[in-house]
Amino acid sequence: MRLEPVAKPTVARALGFPVAALALSVVVASLLVLLAGANPFATLGLILKGAAGSQFAALETLNRATPLIFTGLAVAVAFRAKLWNIGAEAQLYMGALLTVVFGTSALGLPGPQPLILIGLAAMIGGALILLGPVILKTRFGVDEVVTTLLLNFIMLLFISLLLEGPLKDPMGMGWPKSPRLDPDARLPRIVDGLRLHWGFALALICAAVVWVIETRTTLGYEIRAVGQNPRAARFAGIPVNLVLLKTALLSGGLAALAGFSEVAGLKGSLTLDLSPGFGYTGIVVAMLALLHPLGVVVSAIFVAGVFVGADSMSRAAGVPTYIADILLATALLFMVLAILLTRFRIVRG
Amino acid sequence: MTNTAEAREVVLRLNGITKRFGSLTANDSVDVTLHRGEVIALLGENGAGKTTLMNILFGHYTADEGTVEVFGRTLAPGATGAALKAGVGMVHQHFTLAGNLTVLDNILLGTAPLWSLGRGRREAQARVRKLAADFGLAVHPGAKVGTLSVGERQRVEILKALYRDARVLILDEPTAVLTPQESDALFETLRKAVDQGLSVIFISHKLHEVMAISDRVLVLRHGKLVGETPTAETTPHALAELMVGAEIAQPVPSEAKPGATLLSLRSVFAHPPGHRTGLQGIDLDLRAGQILGLAGVSGNGQGALAELISGEAKPQSGEMRLGNKAAPPWSPRAALAAQIGRIPEDRHSTGSIADFSLTENAILESYKDTALSRAGWMRWSAAEAFAKQVISRYDVRCPGPEARIRLLSGGNMQKLILGRALESNPRIILANQPVRGLDIGAVTYVQKRLIAARDAGAAILLISEDLDEILGLADVIRVMSEGRLSPEFLRGSMTATELGRWMAGEGFDRAA
Repeated sequence: MRLEPVAKPTVARALGFPVAALALSVVVASLLVLLAGANPFATLGLILKGAAGSQFAALETLNRATPLIFTGLAVAVAFRAKLWNIGAEAQLYMGALLTVVFGTSALGLPGPQPLILIGLAAMIGGALILLGPVILKTRFGVDEVVTTLLLNFIMLLFISLLLEGPLKDPMGMGWPKSPRLDPDARLPRIVDGLRLHWGFALALICAAVVWVIETRTTLGYEIRAVGQNPRAARFAGIPVNLVLLKTALLSGGLAALAGFSEVAGLKGSLTLDLSPGFGYTGIVVAMLALLHPLGVVVSAIFVAGVFVGADSMSRAAGVPTYIADILLATALLFMVLAILLTRFRIVRG
Repeated sequence: MTNTAEAREVVLRLNGITKRFGSLTANDSVDVTLHRGEVIALLGENGAGKTTLMNILFGHYTADEGTVEVFGRTLAPGATGAALKAGVGMVHQHFTLAGNLTVLDNILLGTAPLWSLGRGRREAQARVRKLAADFGLAVHPGAKVGTLSVGERQRVEILKALYRDARVLILDEPTAVLTPQESDALFETLRKAVDQGLSVIFISHKLHEVMAISDRVLVLRHGKLVGETPTAETTPHALAELMVGAEIAQPVPSEAKPGATLLSLRSVFAHPPGHRTGLQGIDLDLRAGQILGLAGVSGNGQGALAELISGEAKPQSGEMRLGNKAAPPWSPRAALAAQIGRIPEDRHSTGSIADFSLTENAILESYKDTALSRAGWMRWSAAEAFAKQVISRYDVRCPGPEARIRLLSGGNMQKLILGRALESNPRIILANQPVRGLDIGAVTYVQKRLIAARDAGAAILLISEDLDEILGLADVIRVMSEGRLSPEFLRGSMTATELGRWMAGEGFDRAA
């Protein structure tokens, strides 16, 4: 068997395979549900209901999607330039940390700052921790996969140190937890009484901004050129290292906004379990969206829905929530295959 | 070589091979017969179907119709390795050797199980030595392949095929990387092979070589066999017309009127990474209205020089002047600002971005111009208009400016790159292998455009491994060997043989 390129994929081909990939991942998940002794149809129904069955469920899904949109965008922007930023988790925590630092008086800094300054500080902080890996990459050829990945652990341990020390909430009854944000430093809810905060709106705006940057600006053009063929880009006079640096700053800033939005919009304080791997899930989100910024919004909501739905299904049907991870993992694998099949056809011989 | 081929044993027969890729017919019922002790030349432009035909022979593709017979036995379609086993050996244009292994190891690789490599070494070495002596393929079996010259590596490839008892040798563009002297040695080897009863298929587009070595010529055009004739009964001109299907005229430049020196190098050393040879203190002058042809065997510093002129590399020492001013801090952008138009050696990896549209590729060097972007915002309508202008002025055949450039043929891709460079009215043009791998129509087109640019006053540095191209186009010729430059030779003052000696490193001042 060999692959032959398809000159012009038809619409049916371009849409059919990804849809089939999703369907196939549902089939695989269903088999596992059967193994767990439950009815797959009922279970899938419960996941769907848990994700979007009520207003509360739907808003919960959007809340969960919010940090994933930010980290998904961060990954999508970086991957577009073939800058493998695996460190969205660290950048998220940096954003969360600076939100607490500038949103409380915990470190003896002058009072809570206006929200917009807190957000900016978070972005700059997140951007700066990607600076090291990028300089190491462009100067010495150090693999950024390794450096950004390891920074995740360094950052988490650093936060742990702070939460046990200077940032520890004196009222926290001994828990490693930061003081609560000043009410003025909280992201308000979009509609009074509903649990959806402005972080979601900010995420949508960021997606739109990234899309405009990628399609309408010279920076977006440069990012795509560097990602697709750095040698040709350099030959044509595009400052490849500078473009990588700008990409990194943008990516780190976006990931940091996930931390800002989670602390200021949802949790109100910083704990070590702020992110259940939003940084890593951002990679899945970005890949499922084929790195398209608007696609990131859709895939983040899909991924969040699977998680939220699986949580509520698990309570009702007794099937472990791991089914959500399996569903997403198989969806990603099948999607990679589907993308290949939209561009190539299999021929015998 | 005799003409009584009909009476001899048929060693290889391709019967009515047809292969379609979608709507494209790459091979259209092609028949090829090869006899024992015969050399046939397979001639055709790029995209004529030569490579497809060889891929079918070796089982990489399955033919839609037709069969492959080797020594009377039909090969199973699509069985890779079947042709190799039946005694057909191929020497590819790009060698498939491991540089860190010795010649002997490269030859043995894949012929014997790994664990028995040690035991049979002595006999193997003796056999390789005998083959090398029989066929005039002088290489030392113990030498590391990485230290060998291109010509020697090719000998190793041929030995590899002979060691596997190949009775049919297929050589794909074997002389593209050789000096004229090395080519002559290769032909000598092929003659010895034929004397010993081997048969050869020689794939080329160099007409004089085809005339020199082959018994019969087969010409492919658009996948069809358009001509088959004994070599003795044809002329290079007739073959060229068969290849392109039309009367062709080699562009002949008029007398050059050289003007001021626009770029000069004095004692420049540079060794950019990734090149075997750097520049060893060269002096060079590029003058307005003149084409300087740089000949040389590939890997002798031409790559380093091209990177220096294009701005990719900086001089390590020595002086670089633009006109009568010292060159600014050097970079690709500085080179573009100095009005240097660049045609890179590799249009796929350096000259273009495969998945970008023609528009996006057309503006790669100029997207920062105020016409194409302002304050960081792209002006895509202006970009598309520019691309359309290049497409129409430089005859780029394409579905439209929004098509991915990877869909274009090499010639059309090169025309876009040429147009992109020439539209900026460059004063200096670096043309590195501008016509390599192009079909004759595109070659003529690109060469005419370069001559026109010269007549308009541009200083052109033409780097080529094809001596015919240098001899035909250049007003002044210099030869590069081991990072050094020969003196300037005026047009018409040197023969190919004399240049070949310089290419082999003779004549350079050893003390320098």
